[in-house]
Amino acid sequence: MIVLLPLAAVVARSTDGGLDGFWRAVSSREAVAALRLTLIVSVAVVAINAVMGTLIAWVLVRDEFPGKRVVSAVIDLPFALPTIVAGVTLLALYGPKSPLGVNIAFTRVGVALALLFVTLPFVVRAVQPVLLALDREMEEAASSLGASPLTTFRRIVLPNLRPAIVAGASLAFARALGEFGSVVLISGNVPFKTEVAAVFIYAQIGNDNVTGAAAVSVVLLALSLLLLASVSRLGKRRHDE
Amino acid sequence: MSRLGLRAIALGYLAALLVAPVALIFYRAFEHGFGAAWSAVTTPDALHALQLTLLMVVVAVPLNTVFGVACALLLARRRFPGKALIDALIDLPFAVSPVVVGLALILVYGRTGWLGQALADNGIRVIFSTPGMIIATIFVSLPFVVREVVPVLEELGVEQEEAARTLGASQWQVLTRVTLPSIRWGVGYGVVLTTARAVGEFGAVAVVSGRLAGQTETLTLLVESRFERFDLVGAYAASVVLALISLAVLVGMTLIQRRKVA
Repeated sequence: MIVLLPLAAVVARSTDGGLDGFWRAVSSREAVAALRLTLIVSVAVVAINAVMGTLIAWVLVRDEFPGKRVVSAVIDLPFALPTIVAGVTLLALYGPKSPLGVNIAFTRVGVALALLFVTLPFVVRAVQPVLLALDREMEEAASSLGASPLTTFRRIVLPNLRPAIVAGASLAFARALGEFGSVVLISGNVPFKTEVAAVFIYAQIGNDNVTGAAAVSVVLLALSLLLLASVSRLGKRRHDE
Repeated sequence: MSRLGLRAIALGYLAALLVAPVALIFYRAFEHGFGAAWSAVTTPDALHALQLTLLMVVVAVPLNTVFGVACALLLARRRFPGKALIDALIDLPFAVSPVVVGLALILVYGRTGWLGQALADNGIRVIFSTPGMIIATIFVSLPFVVREVVPVLEELGVEQEEAARTLGASQWQVLTRVTLPSIRWGVGYGVVLTTARAVGEFGAVAVVSGRLAGQTETLTLLVESRFERFDLVGAYAASVVLALISLAVLVGMTLIQRRKVA
């Protein structure tokens, strides 16, 4: 009643005007622009946070400094903070009245910043436990055989972390594709420029173009289901090993 | 040196992205004095929004906790056809955009939706009113308890439960005396996450609420509408209330995590 039925209704409604109608709605210029922007920004954001997330997890596990516990708790802030508040805070610091003299409001950089904020914890939280459990003897063996720290990381640590990084990145990607609250204020919803898919759907609902909204929703749904399926496949494979 | 460098990059990134923006709205909210902020969050609309947000939490969190524990027990302890499918479906709300959730609910419960006519005939209004917002909140916060409890149950194993059963404990006694006490921290962690999501949900609630100030406006919707009206102090003050709730959530998560490890 709560999950399946409503999602089935979206799929049914998207093909109200037949497959032709669905295709027309999805291939309208504004819808294509919104979907393309969503994909491009999401890929960029996930790539940045895959690198930064791994780096942060590394610092949290292998480094010691005062206040580490607080930093570790702060990682979860994007999960705890309402997304709309995330948007307001980012605009306060980097928006039109920024004390730093920058203005990312109504730009694609702003959209990316919002997505960086909300997707930060995924990779960190996926990599951290794997790094904790990683046997350090391999690394010590590598460096005693003359490998530089960079080589050790690249040849020994990274291969072990790769499944966790991919799993975290996939979850982050699914989140980025559908994100709405943190983006809506920053993007300014300029069609063809800063309008992401979720904001496009919201605008179409407001314009009573429900079929168009449902069609783009189905595209988003299909993408995230694909991601979800690949993550659980990955998890199972790791389990089997 | 490189260790310090990495530390500096990691902390700098966190500071620029997370800490500095949140710290700034605390400053901005109280810039014009504590009184201005206080009166912004005690207007009738703001108090009503706070009440509505609390209502969401009070209804959605207990329902999702009971459902979550029952579902986790089913997934971890029983084998039945279609289990893999349910296991996959549970995560669905995490993968669906909040706006799509709202749209989906309108298509079922709205005026022209699948159940719209039947509901209207009985004088029940779901969309653009509180029931729809509650359903939306339940939808988006559904998976948290299940996802936290299933691994705890799997780690726990069934030995203790079987021992209790061979000693003559009834099904109910096994549940209340053995199983529930051992999973309580897992449940607690899930409840904290559910609460955070219920308080903070914006997209799904924005779509189904119809945004009537003083009627169907939660705290998160109030933040947005104030921001759109350039009532910055009001928006920052309401944001601070929400941010304080999330700080409490973070503290709760940290405390429970420590308990779980110990």
